[in-house]
Amino acid sequence: MSPFLDVKDLKIHFPTDDGLVRSVDGVTFGLERGKTLGIVGESGSGKSVTSLGILGLHKGRGANISGEIWLDGEELVGASQEHVRGLRGKKMAMIFQDPLSAMHPFYTVGDQIVEAYRIHNKVTKAVARKHAIDMLGRVGIPEPGRRVDSYPHEFSGGMRQRAMIAMALSCDPELLIADEPTTALDVTVQAQILDLMRDLQREFDSALIIITHDLGVVAELSDDILVMYGGKCIEYGSADDIFYRPEHPYTWGLLGSMPRLDREPTERLLPIKGSPPSLINVPPGCAFHPRCPYTERTGDKARTEAPALAETEGGHLVRCHMSPAERRDLWENEIKPVLETP
Amino acid sequence: MLLFVVSIATFAIFFLVPRLAGMSADDLASRYVGKAANAQVIHDTAIRLGFNDPVIVQYGRFVKGIFTGVDRNYGPGIEHCPAPCLGYSYVSQNPVLPDILNRLPITLSLALGAAVVWVIFGVATGVVSALRRGSFFDRLSMGIALAGVSLPIFFTGIVSLAIFRDQLGLVGDVADWVPFSEDPLTWANNLILPWVTLAFLYAAGYARLTRAGMLETMSEDYIRTARAKGLAERVVVLKHGLRATLTPVLTMFGLDLGLLLGGAVLTESTFSLPGIGKYAVDAISNNDLPQVMGVTLIAAAFIILANLIVDLLYAVVDPRVRLA
Amino acid sequence: MTAALALVASACGGGGGGSKSSTGGGDAAPASQYKAAVTQVVNPSTKTGGTLRMGMPGDFDSVDPGDMYYGYAWNFARFYTRALTMFKPVPGEEGLQLVGDLAEDLGKPSDGGKTWTYKLREGVKFEDGTPVTSKDVKYAVARSLDKDILPSGPTYFNDWLDTGDYTGPYKMKGKLDSWKGIETPDDRTIVFHLKKAYGGFDYFAMLPQTAPVPEAKDTGSKYKEHPVATGPYMFKSHELTKRIELVKNPNWDAATDPNRKQLNDSIEVLLGQNEDDLDQRLLSGKIDVKVNSTGVAANARKTVLTDEKVKQYADSALIDRTWFTNINGDVKPFDNIHCRKAVLYAADRSAIQGAYGGPDAGGDVALSLMPPKMTGYQKIDPYGVEATPGGNVDKAKEELAACGQPNGFSTTISFRNERAAEKQTAEALQQSLGRVGIKLDLKGYPQGDYFKLYAGKPDFAKKNGLGLMVYGWGADYPEGFGFFQQIVDSRVIRPAGNTNLGVKDPKIDALIDQAAAETDATKRGAIWAQVDKQVMDSAFILPYVWAHGLFYRPPTLKNVFVSQNWGMYEFLTLSTQ
Ligand SMILES: Nc1ncnc2c1ncn2[C@@H]1O[C@H](COP(=O)(O)OP(=O)(O)OP(=O)(O)O)[C@@H](O)[C@H]1O
Ligand code: SF4
Ligand SMILES: [Mg+2]
Repeated sequence: MSPFLDVKDLKIHFPTDDGLVRSVDGVTFGLERGKTLGIVGESGSGKSVTSLGILGLHKGRGANISGEIWLDGEELVGASQEHVRGLRGKKMAMIFQDPLSAMHPFYTVGDQIVEAYRIHNKVTKAVARKHAIDMLGRVGIPEPGRRVDSYPHEFSGGMRQRAMIAMALSCDPELLIADEPTTALDVTVQAQILDLMRDLQREFDSALIIITHDLGVVAELSDDILVMYGGKCIEYGSADDIFYRPEHPYTWGLLGSMPRLDREPTERLLPIKGSPPSLINVPPGCAFHPRCPYTERTGDKARTEAPALAETEGGHLVRCHMSPAERRDLWENEIKPVLETP
Repeated sequence: MLLFVVSIATFAIFFLVPRLAGMSADDLASRYVGKAANAQVIHDTAIRLGFNDPVIVQYGRFVKGIFTGVDRNYGPGIEHCPAPCLGYSYVSQNPVLPDILNRLPITLSLALGAAVVWVIFGVATGVVSALRRGSFFDRLSMGIALAGVSLPIFFTGIVSLAIFRDQLGLVGDVADWVPFSEDPLTWANNLILPWVTLAFLYAAGYARLTRAGMLETMSEDYIRTARAKGLAERVVVLKHGLRATLTPVLTMFGLDLGLLLGGAVLTESTFSLPGIGKYAVDAISNNDLPQVMGVTLIAAAFIILANLIVDLLYAVVDPRVRLA
Repeated sequence: MTAALALVASACGGGGGGSKSSTGGGDAAPASQYKAAVTQVVNPSTKTGGTLRMGMPGDFDSVDPGDMYYGYAWNFARFYTRALTMFKPVPGEEGLQLVGDLAEDLGKPSDGGKTWTYKLREGVKFEDGTPVTSKDVKYAVARSLDKDILPSGPTYFNDWLDTGDYTGPYKMKGKLDSWKGIETPDDRTIVFHLKKAYGGFDYFAMLPQTAPVPEAKDTGSKYKEHPVATGPYMFKSHELTKRIELVKNPNWDAATDPNRKQLNDSIEVLLGQNEDDLDQRLLSGKIDVKVNSTGVAANARKTVLTDEKVKQYADSALIDRTWFTNINGDVKPFDNIHCRKAVLYAADRSAIQGAYGGPDAGGDVALSLMPPKMTGYQKIDPYGVEATPGGNVDKAKEELAACGQPNGFSTTISFRNERAAEKQTAEALQQSLGRVGIKLDLKGYPQGDYFKLYAGKPDFAKKNGLGLMVYGWGADYPEGFGFFQQIVDSRVIRPAGNTNLGVKDPKIDALIDQAAAETDATKRGAIWAQVDKQVMDSAFILPYVWAHGLFYRPPTLKNVFVSQNWGMYEFLTLSTQ
């Protein structure tokens, strides 16, 4: 049986004046109800495009979309816009990155939740308002009966994010995508929001995708983790695989750049040199090779031949020319020790 | 305060410019006498109009009139023009304020009617153009919009009269001004072409402003949020997109309307509508200071009022302004 | 831009005219003829009813009969007022004749023309039924003396009546009866006493200032809101600067008024109309008659003159106005008459005629200063203009030699900036005088201050060497005095704001006095003809165009003709049924 959410070889390309932008270039993953998938990667790696793609928000806007997205046994890439619109908000919902800009500045928080609720539930405004107050209370907003009439700019950052969550959850979505839900928040509030999401996920038993460029955020929450680089998945596995047995040099870099409570936030152990690749002129061969410290180990291959996403063991997938043994050796002997130095 | 400055400036222009050009009080007065008045008549007129007094005294008289009213000799007796009195025309000797107030409904009908037309058309065109950016419609409407702003109204006005009234007969003969309360049909018939012509001029600006605003707004995060909720695209565009775009439109609207209420000069002249703008043109071409003063003050008052209303509306439209 | 307008105008004019003529009959024979109304009544009709719709680009200077100075205002005033005398409302030369209106007949001079007596008709009433008496006429004239309250009218009565120290009924309340400048021995007799003899007093008696005003109803400067009627129509409403509506005056009695009819039910005047649009509406018959002095404006003129279907309803007619240039004797070498004459010979009048719009819209090439349809005009052509309208270079050179400037000289020509025709005139003169070595510097001035500060201010003109000043003048009424006095009598010259831009010839002054005193109309006319001749001989003025107006009468308009007197359509007879 295929999973609740099953994404197969999803490609989302944008034709632009400068060339074809391959924002998402063949991503495959699956997610069950009640489970959490973390998608990590640097800025511009295609995380948001992927999630918006699942919601069907690129449809009809000039993007070339291919592959398959199965949600609860229904294929969405080929479905009509109108049909997917009907699923949005109800079956699948999204929490956005910057809640200040993601909420309409001219409408009250309550109105925006009421609106979301009433799209999918034929109820009176009064009923919807009660529901909105209820939801605000559930996401931990004090005095929800009063705050329901506040405007987004009257909320603090954390409260706004809670309100966003309330809005996204107002129709009990079965799939919830949180796109960098905590980036704009300070560390303490981050933790609170993450706790809240975990609690709510359990309560609603929904499938959750958390998108972030910060591995720390997904560490505790995720069951599976997908690492994206230049629009492609370069490593995919269980949270344990990614944290304890990472095999891709890029993932090592991400782990190395994780801020840790015991260190200065600016201090990075294994910084990734260089900048993310262009999505128009993706480097030939391994997209990561211009920045990879181990390019020489795979010789010319890194520059000429694109590595395939291959399974190392038990569903753990890695896209690298080095042999699994070589990678494990590097991890055990060179990377892990550095990361673990107190 | 602004009214004060405006009134002083008008006064100064009226008196200082001719003085600098070497005109005497009698020279000034010779503008307000008959075709072939003799020197004595001109001189008497200068005295009657008080042109021999220092400018500051004359200004004082004007201000005093506003606060205490003016007594004037109309021949058989003395008449009191109650405060606020803007004086009497030098040329026609009619009292200024009633004349202007009398014309207000005309200018109001013209400006408001045109405003409705241009806001509807301008904004609608802007929205559609933005949504179909780069399409044939977009290019066509932006082309027309460009024509709209660049063609002078006395041209579009006369042409539209020739086409729609005289050739096609879509509009009946434009009669003399009829107030709405008297005969709404004739009122509208008289005004429809001026509305459309004037609106054509303005709609262009609104279309472009709306288009630019919509393009910006539609890429905002909250529009994505609205879509993510599953809202129909129409609702996304109108409720979420347009709403945010309307703020700059509103500002422009307030300013435009304020200016127009001070007189749609060209439109009124072109369509022979005896409104405030026509009054201003006549006043200026006749060098009729009391009329010029009156009409500038009223126009300035409208602009101030319109700005005030815009500021208030701003708060209604944009909640962020309310607290700030 | 102008071309586009003309195109639209012609498209619409043509359409309108076409449909009209097809309802009137076949297309084969023209329904009317160009200039038909110049000599005869077009579309005679005695049918009554309907509204006469008049439209005006601006506003009357006033509709108060005591406060108006424009021909069209005087023409219009006779709908609702009756002055002592009036021009006969008939086509042709007969229209220059004065006849009694409120008075039974023309005035009886006595005391060598210093006293004029009129007898009022019996049974004339104001619109409220009150009988009109000679006191009402005296009051009307007396009030018009007060230029503080009624500034716009002419000052003939101020200048000629024996006013003593009387300044009018407003300033001198209760003194009317004791003022003897005008006497009213009985209710129907009125006697005017002048300071000195004036033979043409019947022309003054024609001024609307002699139309009776009931003292009890006089509201001074507000009287124009509702002037009390004695004519066939009276004010129903007057929305100042916007609209006038006249309706039948029930107390007008045709028996007392042989010169007027009451054919229209009402008369409506739309004021302050956009001129181009007004012309379009006139051409399409939505307006019956345009109220102004020169007829259709430039844009519509093209349509009228180029489209035969439209042209058949138009009339080009003389309007008692001459376009000319003053030659300033204050500026050397124009102090020498031969240099002035050189200009009169060298000028190319055909070119200037073109500048003013050609023979139909502009006017005829002028042979002398006096417009030819004025009473007393005699044809003279001292400079042989008829034969050589392009100028006579040889004669001009002769005159230059006689002036001691055989190679010519340089001078400045002024004109009014806003008037394209005047600028083109200056250019045409620059061109044609250049042929004999007279070089012109062009200098334009704003028209509003042309007389107050520039050309009309002798000091300025002299200091700035304005040797030539482009100008033009229209008659107050079609008689010599009303035309010449303001522009060629040296005694009206003042420090600024002049109408006479420098004609200083004692012979002319003497002739004017002589003409003014002459009570015999024929003899007087002969003297005015002499004035015309003397003006040409002293060569202070270079006349070039006798102006025409180009008028349009919609095919539906009845009883239309161009009044020789007004130089426009006679309003009084117009009707629509
Ligand atoms: N509509 C579009 N047209 C063209 N290019 C696009 C479009 N949307 C996204 N992209 C490009 O796709 C790439 C991936 O963008 P995406 O927003 O998915 O990155 P991300 O991984 O979410 O980064 P971040 O961490 O900064 O949010 C970017 O380079 C972006 O410029
Ligand atoms: S394939 Fe080569 S370059 Fe690419 S990640 Fe692996 S080691 Fe680095
Ligand atoms: Mg993103």
